[in-house]
Amino acid sequence: MSELQGRRERRGRQGRRGRRGRRGEQLMVPEAEFASYYGRPIIKAPSWSATDIAGYFFLGGLAGAGSVLAAGAQLTGRGSTATAMKVSSLGAVSLAAAALIHDLGVPSRFPNMLRVLKPTSPMSVGSWLLAAYGPAAGVAAVCATTGRLPRIGAVATGAAAVFGPAVASYTAVLAADTAVPAWHGAHRELPYVFTASATAAASGMALVAGPVRESAPARCAAVAAAMAEAAAVRAAEKRLGMVAETYRQGRAGQLMRCARWLTAAGAAGAAALGGRSRTAAVAGGLAMLAGSACTRFGVFAAGIASAEDPKYTVVPQRSDAPSDTRSDTRSDARPEVPTCGPHDHEES
Amino acid sequence: MMERHLLSGVEPDPARDAGHPEPPPRVGFFTDTSVCIGCKACEVACKEWNAIPEDGLSLTGMSYDNTQGLGASTWRHVAFIEQTVSEETVPEPQGRTQLPLVDGTAPAAPQEAGETTRWLMSSDVCKHCTHAACLDVCPTGSLFRTEFGTVVVQEDICNGCGYCVPACPYGVIEQRPSDGRAFKCTMCYDRLSAGQEPACAKACPTESIQFGPLDELRERAALRVDQLHEAGVSGARLYGDDPDGGVGGDGAFFLLLDKPEVYGLPPDPVVTTRDLPAMWKHAGAAAVSLLGGFALSFALPALARRRGTR
Ligand code: SF4
Ligand code: SF4
Ligand code: SF4
Repeated sequence: MSELQGRRERRGRQGRRGRRGRRGEQLMVPEAEFASYYGRPIIKAPSWSATDIAGYFFLGGLAGAGSVLAAGAQLTGRGSTATAMKVSSLGAVSLAAAALIHDLGVPSRFPNMLRVLKPTSPMSVGSWLLAAYGPAAGVAAVCATTGRLPRIGAVATGAAAVFGPAVASYTAVLAADTAVPAWHGAHRELPYVFTASATAAASGMALVAGPVRESAPARCAAVAAAMAEAAAVRAAEKRLGMVAETYRQGRAGQLMRCARWLTAAGAAGAAALGGRSRTAAVAGGLAMLAGSACTRFGVFAAGIASAEDPKYTVVPQRSDAPSDTRSDTRSDARPEVPTCGPHDHEES
Repeated sequence: MMERHLLSGVEPDPARDAGHPEPPPRVGFFTDTSVCIGCKACEVACKEWNAIPEDGLSLTGMSYDNTQGLGASTWRHVAFIEQTVSEETVPEPQGRTQLPLVDGTAPAAPQEAGETTRWLMSSDVCKHCTHAACLDVCPTGSLFRTEFGTVVVQEDICNGCGYCVPACPYGVIEQRPSDGRAFKCTMCYDRLSAGQEPACAKACPTESIQFGPLDELRERAALRVDQLHEAGVSGARLYGDDPDGGVGGDGAFFLLLDKPEVYGLPPDPVVTTRDLPAMWKHAGAAAVSLLGGFALSFALPALARRRGTR
């Protein structure tokens, strides 16, 4: 469909992208062509800074998944890992909140985030989630490090482990609930990419910060996360069709490739040697952390790239059945013919 | 969870559903680009009335369009498209005097026999969507639905989170860099409240911008498109008038003479929140699978150890 469309559109002279001159060449150009207004983007890319918002995605995932790992470690008597992960989660969620506030156009109005609770706004839901999760993670960390109030600490640890997975996964909805083609188009797969990436980060942190004798679950989770993330990214790219190239090209492509290698190498290294060598565990854990960060920055960059090129807005919308325009004689349903009707200027 | 019809699909009375008990009829714009002369009176009137700051002076080389697009400080934008088309596309002058576009000298673009140049102009504006993604995603409640069925930002509440910006499928709303907050067309909420028509419609000398109750505008637009088809302007089509469309119909819709994307409009926009229930569902499943993954990761070593000690 989009190719036929493109062939019909090739003849415009102004305000068109990818125009190809005379008819002789037309059949030789297979790529999807489309019209645009001087090549300008149709939607507006978010003005969010990558450091703040992709960083927020990473830190939120590290904190949220870390709280689950901390609770598991506490339940299974891995005390050092539990404490380390609680401290890591508190640090990560504090930095995440700081990044979020820093990115606001009017940071002093941050409290307005909690002015209403809107289920239609992932950012509103997320703000309330953070408001519930943050204090729980904080109390859990403080109780664990001071050794005071163990019972309250246990309750807080449990609460953080309940809210943690939501903190890790809602950020995918935050990105997907936009008109950004690379994010919205993958709205079914992105939550799994994000939770897998969060699991990778948290298990990486546990490998770095926890003792080797307690690291068996983290190594297990690292391998599972690496496999799940690779599968989810593949599923997302498959769903995205031509938009998937925004995840393979340019900066986003570099970041996604780095993420893949770092995560795979980290998981493999940790699984093979992390049970014996502290050095291997730390190296593997750092690679997992870096891989997770690369995934978030890669997804972010792909979204920006897909918003900045009108191709990714027009071509997918053209290949779904168009419903926006009312009848005319050159209706889009008309079969493509090499010559044209008297009023069809586009193929004269 | 919300009722599905509040997020997408046909929605006859958005103002009432937004909580206005006895709303006046929904109003909107029908912008008939076939009579637009590109005078930019609407752009100027909007800037003047709303006291919008200057946002850069540049020469773009995009025909007469030096405004480039809608944004935080541009709430009306006139697009100019120069095309070489077959002569039949352009209707007969019907008794009007025809002046040559270029006098004697060679035309700017090489033309074949039977081809002519046409100039498309279109005044773009916020669509005041029936299902407005900007409004749906705004976490502060700064964006709201007025009693007239329009969508307005409250400047004293917006905290500049910028979420509405990528949510809009038309690329309308934007944050002003000097200020951080988001701005867009209010459909002159102040003027509507005083029983006046919006400044841009008032200033339009050709009635290309028609303001009124949306139902009336839709009828008028259907007649106009038929009239143009009869006159041989086969490319005429309505854009954004369909209540069945991806955003439930635009409060500001258009009569275009070419494909929407030629004017920089998305061909088949969909309100992103249509898929929000699916997104929350998958996010929930992903959160559960994260829990499950860790549960397994703790269970497996324990099992292995037990088996080892046995
Ligand atoms: S066009 Fe964009 S800014 Fe205007 S109401 Fe629709 S979603 Fe909001
Ligand atoms: S930038 Fe302002 S208007 Fe836009 S979503 Fe955020 S708070 Fe709402
Ligand atoms: S309705 Fe008012 S605010 Fe909107 S474009 Fe027209 S003049 Fe500007």
